Amino acid sequence: MSPFGGLTLGFVVTYLSLIVALPLAALIWQSTKSGATGFWQSLTSPEAVAALKLTLATSLAVALINAVTGTVIAWVLVRDEFPGKGVVNALIDLPFALPTIVAGLTMLALYGPRSPVGIDVAYTRTAIVLALLFVTLPFVVRTVQPVLQELDRELEEAAESLGASNWQTFSRVVFPNLLPGILSGVALAFAKAVGEFGSVVIITGNIPFKTEVSSVYIFGQIESGNTSGAAAASVVLLAISFGILLLIGALRRWTTRHHA
Amino acid sequence: MRKLALRTVALGYLALILLGPLSVVFWRAFDKGVGPAWTAVTTPDAVHAFKLTLEITAIAVPANTIFGVLCALLIVRRPFPGKGVLNALVDLPLALSPVVVGFALFLLYGRTGWFGSWLSRHGIQVLFAMPSMILATAFVSIPFVVREVVPVLREIGTDQEQAAETLGASQWQVFRRVTFPAIRWAVAYGVVLTTARSLGEYGAVSVVSGRLAGQTETATLYVSDRYENFDIVGAYAASVVLALMAIVVLVTMNLLRPKEGVH
Amino acid sequence: MPRFTRPLTLLATALFVAIPTITASAAGKGANLTLVAYSTPQASYAQIIPAFEATPAGSGVTFSTSYGASGTQTSAVIAGLKADVVNLSLQPDMTRLVNAGIVSGSWSSHAQSKYGGMVTNSIVVFVVRPGNPKHIKTWNDLLKKGVDVITPNPFTSGGARWNVMAAYGAWRKAGATKNQAIAKLTKLFRNVSVQDTSARNALQTFLSGKGDVLLSYENEAYAAKKLGQPIAYLSPKNTILIQNPVAVTTHTAYPAQASAFVKFLYTPAAQTLFAKNGYRPVMPSVFKKFASVFPVKKLNIFKITDRLLGGWKKVQPQFFNPKNGIMAKIEAQVGGVTG
Repeated sequence: MSPFGGLTLGFVVTYLSLIVALPLAALIWQSTKSGATGFWQSLTSPEAVAALKLTLATSLAVALINAVTGTVIAWVLVRDEFPGKGVVNALIDLPFALPTIVAGLTMLALYGPRSPVGIDVAYTRTAIVLALLFVTLPFVVRTVQPVLQELDRELEEAAESLGASNWQTFSRVVFPNLLPGILSGVALAFAKAVGEFGSVVIITGNIPFKTEVSSVYIFGQIESGNTSGAAAASVVLLAISFGILLLIGALRRWTTRHHA
Repeated sequence: MRKLALRTVALGYLALILLGPLSVVFWRAFDKGVGPAWTAVTTPDAVHAFKLTLEITAIAVPANTIFGVLCALLIVRRPFPGKGVLNALVDLPLALSPVVVGFALFLLYGRTGWFGSWLSRHGIQVLFAMPSMILATAFVSIPFVVREVVPVLREIGTDQEQAAETLGASQWQVFRRVTFPAIRWAVAYGVVLTTARSLGEYGAVSVVSGRLAGQTETATLYVSDRYENFDIVGAYAASVVLALMAIVVLVTMNLLRPKEGVH
Repeated sequence: MPRFTRPLTLLATALFVAIPTITASAAGKGANLTLVAYSTPQASYAQIIPAFEATPAGSGVTFSTSYGASGTQTSAVIAGLKADVVNLSLQPDMTRLVNAGIVSGSWSSHAQSKYGGMVTNSIVVFVVRPGNPKHIKTWNDLLKKGVDVITPNPFTSGGARWNVMAAYGAWRKAGATKNQAIAKLTKLFRNVSVQDTSARNALQTFLSGKGDVLLSYENEAYAAKKLGQPIAYLSPKNTILIQNPVAVTTHTAYPAQASAFVKFLYTPAAQTLFAKNGYRPVMPSVFKKFASVFPVKKLNIFKITDRLLGGWKKVQPQFFNPKNGIMAKIEAQVGGVTG
């Protein structure tokens, strides 16, 4: 039953093209403008490579930390009861709702040179990780929560009655069911971290080769008029984002097959 | 015992990562009392910045909502060649860096861009003016309605719609009476997410705005402008307003969050 | 054909047609001049613009302003940011605009020809904590171990480029060879812990508590101190004269008013306002009045056009070419070893 004619398709395609496809096409085209050698040169410039390495390293670290902390938080929110739990549950989404620049400013105030809690890590790689942990907080929590909620407790109870320890129950019964959700959240967190700009640009000092991530590098290239450098690095980030999307899609299909 | 340990770890982590920044925003804003903070957010530039943010959001969100519903209907109800590409394009803004978005718009609408000369010949200003800021905001917030509606549409299936049609209902009646009521909470949730994303956009907009004080400064750009001019109270006061908007969005999100069984 | 998608589609199209209408700014009665400038003169123009609007030439004229890093603003104008008057941190950025056809090649020979198109002067100074606890007085002091230096990124900030040339020029003036001076410059950047995008942001960073010394415009330091910020500043013996160019654009819709505004910048009134904000006036008569504020005697102030440096035309590609300039190499070296 397909009730929709060409007009809907036309509108959807036109809108999407105008908003998303066209800008991306211009981006890709710009990166090819200086030819294959030009593209490769921009891509392999030491500063670009250093920025990319730092971006990938910090994003991976953050994704892995979130895998653990996100699962723990989801567990506590689903299985535990304590006063104020509803408020805590709502606050998980705060990093999503708060503008990144505000997050960056407050991170600087909190963990910078005039820190009221005595932690001064501004302008270091630790600062990058802290900022990214803030913005990626919701992802693993929100992908694991629904899975935990639907999980059949009978399996766990059966395992325990058969004499399995807490850890065995978790690792053999619960964890395999959580894994697709965790991986999904981790992939989303990684994708978000790779492109993050607003919260990072204020607190990290942006020293080339030391604390400069790819998005800030691209920003610098745009501002100094080096469009080919910016385009090449942008296309790399674009490819990474795209790859992660495909991965998440595959994970989703794996999950539905798992549960079918 | 183990429960307590887990709870402590979770809450401790959240306090460190979440509560710290949130409390700083309020603390620094009201450092010198409520008066200066209030003055700071009621200057003409500040008011204009918030107005601009709301205007951009008021255009981007409805447009993305209409697109989102139609696109979801298309994806679920009418398979067509290239659907995979459509899917990927819709989801891409979630993963793409906002700076890259702004840069792409530069390449399209800048003076030396694809449409640059045509635009300047006709005196149309896209870059460094509202249109490009709307385009940037629409780009980054495009996925949400689609992603929320698609799974719901899939789940409800076409049985009811088919039944309604065999009973003689028109297309519009089917949509209004059968389809839309089933997806409306998903749409609402998607709208809230879209709004949150639009209000808080910074990276893409900072590349395309040109930072004309009182003209192309959104609320987020205004925050960074105040900070750069040693106006700490001003920066944090504006941040408080944005944080309050965020909290409203948060509460709405959690009220509308799809309950078990729908997702 | 599904009947309900049509209204939705039309609604969406209507929204997009409405955008130009909503965003069309109401045409003002008089001229509206857009001033695009680098980050530091923001406070000065906040006073100069009202002063101009009070003159007969400026009556009925309104202003839109945009401030940011010099390189950033230049790129924006080239990409289409409409500007009537541009005031940048240094000549090479103005040259970029000339090359893009936005400013006429003869920009320096108009109302301001006597001053070569430069509207304000300043010098590079060291900004330190009150009392100068680390006793930083000379360029060589910046090379000492444990000294944390703040300077913006030379590829986005004009101020940073002035800082680099001041350091390099000072060492050359003190007798170092080209290679020795470059080696010292490398050592200096090993001590740099933060590179913000603009001079103003670098000042912010220093004020937030980071670093022992900030390399900055004298007028930035002066203004910050006047605002009560806890800093001290001093000029090293050898320092460079910072000269900031201003010009009217070729595509301005209000050439008469734009030129009148630029002309106004060269009146004693405007130059005095610049001086009150810490800039060294280009007009000698006004400069004399502020001699107590701006030290000259004990300093060796050299220009970018000095024989040892060769002017921006030589220096810009030599030092700041993003691919193989001297600074690009230094950044790579400094980051590679410790990063």
